[in-house]
Amino acid sequence: MQPDTQPDTRGREAPAIVVRGLTKSYGDTIALRGIDLEVPPGTVYGLLGPNGAGKTTAVRILATLLKPDEGSAHIHGIDVLAKPDMVRQIIGLAGQFAAVDELLTGRENLELVGRLYHLGGNEPRRRAQDLLERFELAEAADRTVRTYSGGMRRRLDLAASLVNRPAVLFLDEPTTGLDPRSRLGLWDIINDLVREGATLLLTTQYLEEADRLCQRVAVIDEGSVIAEGTTDELKDRMGGSVLELRVADSSRVRRAAQLLEPLSDAAPQVTEDLGLITLPAEENAMGLLAEVARRLDDQGIEVVDLAIRRPTLDDVFLSMTGRGISPDAKQTPSPNGGGAR
Amino acid sequence: MSEQLRESELADRPPASSPVAQIKDRGGRLEEMRCGLSCALGDSRAIAGRYLKHYRRQPQLLIFSTVQPVMFVLLFRYVFGGAIDISQLPADSYVNFLLPGILVQATTFGATNTAVGLAEDLRAGVIDRFRSLPMSRVAVLAGRTLSDLVRNTFVVLLMTAVGYLVGFRFQGGPAAAILALAVVVCFSYSLSWIYAFVGLATKGAETAQTASFVVTFPIVFASSVFVPVEGFPSWLQAFATYSPITKAADTVRALALGGLPVLEPLLWVAGWTAGILLVFMPLAILRFRRGE
Repeated sequence: MQPDTQPDTRGREAPAIVVRGLTKSYGDTIALRGIDLEVPPGTVYGLLGPNGAGKTTAVRILATLLKPDEGSAHIHGIDVLAKPDMVRQIIGLAGQFAAVDELLTGRENLELVGRLYHLGGNEPRRRAQDLLERFELAEAADRTVRTYSGGMRRRLDLAASLVNRPAVLFLDEPTTGLDPRSRLGLWDIINDLVREGATLLLTTQYLEEADRLCQRVAVIDEGSVIAEGTTDELKDRMGGSVLELRVADSSRVRRAAQLLEPLSDAAPQVTEDLGLITLPAEENAMGLLAEVARRLDDQGIEVVDLAIRRPTLDDVFLSMTGRGISPDAKQTPSPNGGGAR
Repeated sequence: MSEQLRESELADRPPASSPVAQIKDRGGRLEEMRCGLSCALGDSRAIAGRYLKHYRRQPQLLIFSTVQPVMFVLLFRYVFGGAIDISQLPADSYVNFLLPGILVQATTFGATNTAVGLAEDLRAGVIDRFRSLPMSRVAVLAGRTLSDLVRNTFVVLLMTAVGYLVGFRFQGGPAAAILALAVVVCFSYSLSWIYAFVGLATKGAETAQTASFVVTFPIVFASSVFVPVEGFPSWLQAFATYSPITKAADTVRALALGGLPVLEPLLWVAGWTAGILLVFMPLAILRFRRGE
């Protein structure tokens, strides 16, 4: 067996996924500009970034669907490029769309996948039944998938990616297009999977999702990893907290930002159409709050919202790229107050 | 090879427990799990089963290869057929001339389903799922075309029965009749691979449908399927004479009716079938594995 799947001398297990210098272009479009990743086993690792950042390309390479131009990737010590057949034995993939057969029943879909994993005898049937029960699809098991709701299809798709009990599971935008309730349901399932020891690599453009599910996150923008670490580490880079305010008249937001500029080391971040300004508030947040209020009041700029909060991953992304991750990121449903506004 | 995997899998283990330990268990054996011939056949059969279920669940998928050719039979037999000069035909009646052509037409039009089905699978991510499995790299296409073969056999028998109802009769004996049907099925199998490639190379089911039909329709009509090519203008005749559709229709007709030269068109259609398979099987498989 490959030596690097053994625990190393410090007793810490070797990474489940190691990626080095991965590059990929499609014609003139550069999708990946050399990314490095190390995913510890038994964790949820998030690739966070806007549409077109290269997340899906990275997942497709790791799932053996695509060869990179340069670089290497190993999953539990197995070289993805040299031994794709071996890698396929130990991974599961759930893509952006529910890749299930509409005209088969839920059970038939799972049994087909089991057969294609070459599970012998009754095993495909047994695992299909287990998974249907686990994902609350037992009642609908013998209905064709076209009668399923969007959430049921996603659950079935996820079940299909678990038929071989994968050591590493890739989830590409697992909750895109789901209503908030189905999204929460899927989050619970994902948490359960990790508790059972699987390693998950998921891509998302929802900060809240990354925040809630992932132990570590790599922030990807334009094909490069621009930040990597635990979600807390990333937020700490922003300093302790963030001051956020919204001006009533968004046409005056530039002027307001100018007034606040001298108050902080970092330049204020402006989301113009929303009239939003955020400002790192490292020490003496209350003093800063008072000063901000006084300055804007002096100039007659009306403020409708003014608060100090913990930084979110969006602040991290914004401070590094000057853009938000997704235009609707702040409007995503926040069942546990993740948006903090 | 699956035996070894099975043993390690069947060991009493709760779902998804310690996957890393599982990898160590499987350890050196992972290498041996290449998909050989029997594995490829098993995978192809599983995939063919999937597509055949589609016809049971959504019978309208068969409309193009059943209802439509039946309408053609009736239309040409009773509407256009009366205007055709029988003395110009290598047959004693128009329906006897027509039906062998209809068998080729029905399976050719039906083959466009392959392009649509695969384009749809590609769009829905089903092809990606299959590609991420440790299954044979040719099984999806082999299974799809195998299911086409089963469907075409059914369509050919059905159309023969419809033909008998409207007056068609085999005249060359049972062996020649069976050979005639076999020629249709083999020839249309090669067409499945063309449409498999088209389905994987076009973006979306509608595009695949349009692309297939725009090419297929004129090629089928500009052939000896419905009328002898001798009546075509010379430029079209030059094309139609050597068209694989003409050669297939002529072969089937000669076998079905007897008394016509068989060997020449049979060699042509065998050459076309082999040539199409030689070109489009590798093209479609390469397209399927694109990026790997």
